[in-house]
Amino acid sequence: MTPYEIRGLQGRRIKDKIFTSVVWGLTFSCLAVVFIILFYIFKMGIPSLNWALFSQGPKPVGESGGGILNAIVGSLIVVVIAAIIAIPVGVSVGIFLAENRGRKLADRVALAIDVLQGIPSIVIGIVIYVWIVKPTGKFSAYSGSIALAIMMLPPIIKNTEETLILIPTTLKEASLALGASYFRTTMKILLPAGIGGIFSGCIIGIARIAGEVAPLLFTAFGNPQLTGSIFKPVDTIPKVIFTYASSPYDDWHRIAWGGSVILVSFIIVLNTIIKIFESRWKVQF
Amino acid sequence: MEGTILRTENLRVSFGDNLVVKGINMEIGEKQVTAFMGPSGCGKTTILRAINRLHELTPDAKVEGKIFLHQENVYEMEAMTVRRRVGMVFQRPNPFPTMSIYENVISGFTLNNIKLKTDEKNHIVEDALKKVALWEEVKDHLKKRATSLSGGQQQRLCLARAVAMKPEVILLDEPTSALDPLSTAKIEDLLYELKGNYTLIIVTHNMQQAARISDKTAFFYLGELLEYDDTKKVFTNPKNEKTQNYITGRFG
Repeated sequence: MTPYEIRGLQGRRIKDKIFTSVVWGLTFSCLAVVFIILFYIFKMGIPSLNWALFSQGPKPVGESGGGILNAIVGSLIVVVIAAIIAIPVGVSVGIFLAENRGRKLADRVALAIDVLQGIPSIVIGIVIYVWIVKPTGKFSAYSGSIALAIMMLPPIIKNTEETLILIPTTLKEASLALGASYFRTTMKILLPAGIGGIFSGCIIGIARIAGEVAPLLFTAFGNPQLTGSIFKPVDTIPKVIFTYASSPYDDWHRIAWGGSVILVSFIIVLNTIIKIFESRWKVQF
Repeated sequence: MEGTILRTENLRVSFGDNLVVKGINMEIGEKQVTAFMGPSGCGKTTILRAINRLHELTPDAKVEGKIFLHQENVYEMEAMTVRRRVGMVFQRPNPFPTMSIYENVISGFTLNNIKLKTDEKNHIVEDALKKVALWEEVKDHLKKRATSLSGGQQQRLCLARAVAMKPEVILLDEPTSALDPLSTAKIEDLLYELKGNYTLIIVTHNMQQAARISDKTAFFYLGELLEYDDTKKVFTNPKNEKTQNYITGRFG
């Protein structure tokens, strides 16, 4: 062995060890934070989970008990409408970006999406307030949905684009070479091949907006009454958590913790769904 | 030679400023196998993709001149019509991964929104798979994903997919370059059998392959057609020195 092969070997081994343990250590501390937060939410929230929470509306101040049925229904309405608006738009923009990569217009659109992602949610809420709530003269569930739909777009677009880029162009060519139209090639070949990634983009988008309260303050506003109408103001779970947690009443704090558990469980379920379907719908090229 | 099915008139293809195909005039005989040969970058694949207008997907590609399918200029026809009449098999097997074997064979019809009765479909699938000698291997699991097949089987499936549409011309872009020798031999046998019923144009780097299966051979060099004649003549008595050098392995 020549001398310079041996020199510094011991030092390198030690550096390697240190580096490996730092990476592992930081990863585990990150995991620990997540688990501590989850543990705390569930510890505080699970005792306040009861049938009334899911089946009743809020009680007047001073009366104990009551629930957040109005907010659960409101959240469902607002999120479902937002998804219905955002998914077709987001997937289309994603297709556009994937198909026109490298062109100037596509670069501009991609930049615009990045900017959109960075716009604070409260600002989006105010813009929708000025554009929709003010002209129509009232707060409404659908105006909240539009605000959330705008917030959902970036993850859906990004996931769709990135998924479609990974599909080999030879597949597209194979379809076009059979005489298929561009539309049918997209619908029958590209989207089915990328369905896993596109679907998870949509779910990530939903998970992102499910806990948003800022864009809803000026749009869906809040409503202690149970309503199924998209033209009326509605309460949402994050909004209820915000109001109840900042109140002085212990009973309301308990309800806020209960709402947090519902919301967090919903997010965990969504993420589990992503994992299941990503592996089930994985397409081998 | 029987009738002429394809004729190019001063065909020029460029990518940006780069002129890749420099004015090709040639006629391709009906129900014959024509091999396109030449060193890499000589424009063979480019010409092939000009015939079914696949260059339209490449933003900076420009095609000038004319290509006639029978008497019609393909650049004045609807691109989709051209591609329905001219099938293609690619360098690497590319079956549709979300579809079963059966669906892949029939995909030309479903993608073109042509509605067929179930027994018509069954007939087309069986017929196409028999033509590519894949029927016996897959008839018991037609519902399986096409990607579960081996590379050679996938390529025969892609050939079946093209054949099922009953195209007038089938373009083959180095169809065996990604396959092992055994699968290559199978594909070659198939092409030999298909000849007579179909017009085949095959781009190949493999000289034995060209010699074995083609009726006519075209030799391209740097975007120009240097030699085009009966395969026997090109291989035994090439007129052009470059062709001779290429065939004898001195360059390329």
